[in-house]
Amino acid sequence: MIQQATSMENEHIEVRDLTMAYGDFVLMRDLNFTIRKGEVFIIMGGSGCGKSTLMRHLIGLKDPAAGDIYYNGESFISASADQRELMLRRFGVMYQSGALWSSLTLAENVGLPLVQFSSFSKRQIRSIVSYKLSIVGLAGFEEFYPAEISGGMAKRAGVARALALDPEVLYLDEPSAGLDPLSARRLDDTILELRNSLGMTIVVVTHELESIFQIGDNSVFLDVDTRTQAATGNPRELRDSCPDEKIRNFLSRGELGAGKPPE
Amino acid sequence: MHSAGILLFLDLMSFTSSRPAEAGPPMQLLSVSGGGRRLELGSGWNGPGLADNLEKILAQISSTGKESGPLTFSENGLDRHDALVASSILEIIRAAQAQGLEVQFETLPDSIRKLIGLALAVPPREPESHQRDNLFTVIGKKSLRILQGSRHFFEFAGELTYSFGRLVRGKARFRREDFWLTLQSCGVGALPIVALISILVGVILGFVGAVQLRKFGATIYMIDLVGLAVARELGCIMAGIIMSGRTGAAFAAQIGSMNVNQEVDALETLGISPMEFLVLPRALSMILMMPLLTLFADALGFFGGFIVALPMGISPGEFWYQLTESLSLQHISIGILKSFFFGIIVASAGCYYGLRSGRSSSAVGEAATKAVVAGITWIIVLDAAFAFVLEAMGW
Repeated sequence: MIQQATSMENEHIEVRDLTMAYGDFVLMRDLNFTIRKGEVFIIMGGSGCGKSTLMRHLIGLKDPAAGDIYYNGESFISASADQRELMLRRFGVMYQSGALWSSLTLAENVGLPLVQFSSFSKRQIRSIVSYKLSIVGLAGFEEFYPAEISGGMAKRAGVARALALDPEVLYLDEPSAGLDPLSARRLDDTILELRNSLGMTIVVVTHELESIFQIGDNSVFLDVDTRTQAATGNPRELRDSCPDEKIRNFLSRGELGAGKPPE
Repeated sequence: MHSAGILLFLDLMSFTSSRPAEAGPPMQLLSVSGGGRRLELGSGWNGPGLADNLEKILAQISSTGKESGPLTFSENGLDRHDALVASSILEIIRAAQAQGLEVQFETLPDSIRKLIGLALAVPPREPESHQRDNLFTVIGKKSLRILQGSRHFFEFAGELTYSFGRLVRGKARFRREDFWLTLQSCGVGALPIVALISILVGVILGFVGAVQLRKFGATIYMIDLVGLAVARELGCIMAGIIMSGRTGAAFAAQIGSMNVNQEVDALETLGISPMEFLVLPRALSMILMMPLLTLFADALGFFGGFIVALPMGISPGEFWYQLTESLSLQHISIGILKSFFFGIIVASAGCYYGLRSGRSSSAVGEAATKAVVAGITWIIVLDAAFAFVLEAMGW
């Protein structure tokens, strides 16, 4: 069973001098930011700037060209395979399109991590699965297959699966993209509630402004032109008082009219 | 009211007797307080006894009526807030609501209340009522499905024929590059595996034949056996089966995954017929390549027989003489003719199941499997039909 972290250190995830590259092509360099425990952290930036790639680095799907990532002060990159597996088990990840296993029902999708990594009985797993599905508004859909539900529902089921093991860190890749406004709002509420009630650290890749301002405590802005981070900080403050015009533009949809829209 | 109280008492008794003191303080079950039922979220919730207790609480609730007042909670030493606690509370609340009990959410601990609220915000989907079909309905539905399936297939065959007609008139719309690529993968790409299998089949046939015929001092006739069997039957059947497993499955998987990604829809909305754009180049290259592959398979099958013949004391000259004596152009052309139809079967099965595949990754796998099974089955069935007809015609 996965217990909540007992460490009270404020810094949860630290990214130090991270350089991301595909072969010789450097996507982003010198990323430095800190994600504090129990905050909703937004990774934002224009399309194609490497937001999702940064998330792939944070969850260990891709190794950085340089730099390191620390979880609770422990290096993630230089961790041994066993250590890394333990660290990975404290993550919950929702992928862009839900990435549900298509040959399993929703209940089996959400239950698989529990079956594999917990000592709960079948009855308990069923109860937890139905609770997690209820949280994302999918109560009663246990026996459905991913092919039988809509894209938005698949996404929410992906969130339920990410929550299965009560993770310390929840990663969400574009959670509200493609959702109707009510579902998107509901998902935002869920994210805030998970943070408030369980103290989860939540990292969200998104460029949905409404979500960013509603849920974001802190953020990093990736700039596709300079290939590094342009700013970090609370998104509302960045919108109102960031010295970088490009970022103010991005966060106010160019409504300032001061600068040229990003190319 | 009275009987419920007795039941509660009995439950408590069985609980305490079956779980000795090591389980810690027994968990408080539902208790009667004021005008309602109170559920104490005490230290008992932190231990391993939660599972048993949950069943007992649920049983109590199911025997509690609406008249017994609202369900309230009181926190008393609960120090675990994981999913199991929350999911148990959710189950209890759902059960209570199903009994018509009023649930006072404000008495839940803060850490749980809001998430429970979120979980209850959307009512559960009503399960669809499943009526069990009786035997006749099952048979009827199945036959209808088979009927519909064969109708679909005839539609497919008709459309394919029609698009061949358009091809002949030069009106078919597809990318020439696609055609060359499939031509390559159906032809040259398949040579190594066809070569290997054909040689081995020739060797096996030759060996089995030679061993039997040697008993009669007629070893030389193994050449007739290999020649006839490979030319008339095995050359084209082996080529067909290999192509079905290799290329038919690939067709189904390619078109099936295009279906999953809505690529087929994109073609249709552009007014491009998937039949012409996807199926035609594949069917055409298969039909063109199968006879050639069969010729190739025949030659290598003979070669396989030759490999066995040499150590049996048959000279290359003898082998060639006997082979040309036993075979006529007719035998070879029967194989070629059949391979032409096998090509149509393999390409149609692959494309048909690809186009009709469902929209998930497992559906694509299913489509590939069906394409191979159907391809091989129909190849054998058609071959048997040919054998009957040719026999009747005395060929």
